[in-house]
Amino acid sequence: MRSFSAITAALLVAGAVGATEIPQAERRSGYSFMKPDTRAMQDEDTANPGMLWVLDGEALWKRKSGAAEKACADCHGDISTSMKGIAARYPAFDNATGRPIDLEQRINSCRANHQQATPLPFESRELLALAAFVARQSQGVPIETGADPQLAPFIAKGRELYMQRQGQLNLGCTNCHDDNWDKRLAGSAITQGHPTGYPLYRLEWQSLGSLQRRLRACITGIRAQAYDYGAPELVELELYLMSRAREMPMETPAVRP
Amino acid sequence: MASALINVPAKAKRGDIIEIKTLMSHIMETGYRHTATGEVVPRDIITSFTCRFNGAEIFRADLFPAISANPFITFFTTVTQSGKFEFEWIGDKGFSETASASITVE
Amino acid sequence: MAGAVPIVTVRPAEATPAMLASAIRNVTNGAAVKTGKVKLDIPPLVENGNTVPMTVSVDSPMAPEDHVASIHVFNEKNPQPNIGNFYLGPHAGRAQVSTRVRLADSQKIVAIAKLSDGSYWSASADVVVTLAACTEELI
Repeated sequence: MRSFSAITAALLVAGAVGATEIPQAERRSGYSFMKPDTRAMQDEDTANPGMLWVLDGEALWKRKSGAAEKACADCHGDISTSMKGIAARYPAFDNATGRPIDLEQRINSCRANHQQATPLPFESRELLALAAFVARQSQGVPIETGADPQLAPFIAKGRELYMQRQGQLNLGCTNCHDDNWDKRLAGSAITQGHPTGYPLYRLEWQSLGSLQRRLRACITGIRAQAYDYGAPELVELELYLMSRAREMPMETPAVRP
Repeated sequence: MASALINVPAKAKRGDIIEIKTLMSHIMETGYRHTATGEVVPRDIITSFTCRFNGAEIFRADLFPAISANPFITFFTTVTQSGKFEFEWIGDKGFSETASASITVE
Repeated sequence: MAGAVPIVTVRPAEATPAMLASAIRNVTNGAAVKTGKVKLDIPPLVENGNTVPMTVSVDSPMAPEDHVASIHVFNEKNPQPNIGNFYLGPHAGRAQVSTRVRLADSQKIVAIAKLSDGSYWSASADVVVTLAACTEELI
C-alpha cells in the first residue's frame, strides 16, 4: 500500500494531469458560475449574510472559555496577523494523530488542549462562526493545502474517494465536476467543485455551513450513504479538494446557491 | 448572538441622497415547514423594521414570511444635517433588536 | 436532488389569484391601479427560490407635493400573498427599496406604489423558480 501511495503521490507532486482532471488554466471558482445578483451578495461585506457569522466569530474569539478561562485571543492575539494564511493550507497534517485535520477539528482540539473546554458540535453556530472568522483572515490568499509530503497518502486516498462511483446513481464526484462542469443539472450550473470559500452561505440552507455539510448533501444527492461528520473519509475528501484547488484564492465567506 | 450589519456613509454633503443597507441575523421561520414527524414548525419572523433619524421616522417596512432569512433591506434618504440613524427590528416571540450609525453632514 | 434525506413533502395550500386580488384590494380599497412608473427588478430565472434579490423603484420627483408614500409587493403562489410593505416619504430622495424574497414556485410578482396624490401604480414580473422555497422540509 505504501509504495503504491508513494507512486501516486509522486505523480501528484509532479503535477501530472489525469485524463479527466481540469487543466490548471481552466480552473474557475464557483463564484464565476453564479448570476450577477448572487455574485453581488458575496461582493459586499454588508450584503453578505456569511459576514454575520464572521461578526459572531469575532466576539467568540475574545470570549474566555473552558476550565482554563482562556480566550483564543489570549494565545493568538490579533487574528489578522496570527491567522493570516492559515485556512489556505488546511486541512493540515496533525502530528498528534498522524492524520490530516480540518479547520473545525483544529479549533476543537485547541479548545480541548489549551482551553480545557468541551468541543463545539459540528455545524453549531459557534464552531461555524469561529471557522468563518479564522478563514476570513486568508481572504485573497492562494490555497497551498497539501504541500506537506506527510499528507501525500491521504491526498491519494481523498482522490480515490473523489473518483469512485457510488450510490444508486453510480456516480463519482469526477463525473460531474471534472467531466461535465459548465453544463447544467436541473437548471443549476455544475461547477468544478473547488472549496475556495468555505464555510460559506448557501442560499439553499439559508445559513452558513461547512464543506463537510456540502459533501454530505452531495453524497446523499447521488443516493449514496453520506459519511458522518468528522469521518476520516470526509477529511480526506476535503484535503484532496483543497489540494486540487491549489493556488486559487480563498474567498471565505462565499455565497452560493 | 444576534448581529446586524449596517452600511451608512460616514460623511455626506447637505442635500445628498444616500443609500442605507441593513442586514439582520434572523431565521425568518415561515410557519409553513414541518418536522419529520409532521408537526408544524411555528412562525418566527421579524414583522417590522423601522429607521429613525434624530428621532424622526424616515423609513418603515412590514415584513412577511416571504422575506428571506437574514433580512437584507436597503432604502434611500436625503440628508440635511449631521446626526444618528437608529434602526429597530421587531418580531415574533418578543424579538427586538436595535442598531445605530452616525453621519457627519457638511 | 442534493439536500435532505427524502421525506414526504406536505405542500401547504397555495395562494390563489383570488387571494392575490384580495390582498391588493386591502391596500388600494378598490381604487384603480394604473400600470407604469414602477420598475420591478427581479431575475427571470432565480438561482435559488429561498433567496431572490429584488429591487422596486418608482419614477417620482420625491417632492413634498409629489412623492411615493408606500410600496407594496405581492406574489401569486406562495402560501401567503404579501411579501412586504415599505413606507417612504418626500425626504427619501429616491423611491427605491431592495430586499431578498422567498418564492415557492414559478409565479408572478406584483409591486404597487401609492403616491401622495392617492393614485396607485403597478408593475409585475414573471419569475421562474426551479427549487421550491417555503415547502422545504426540515432534515
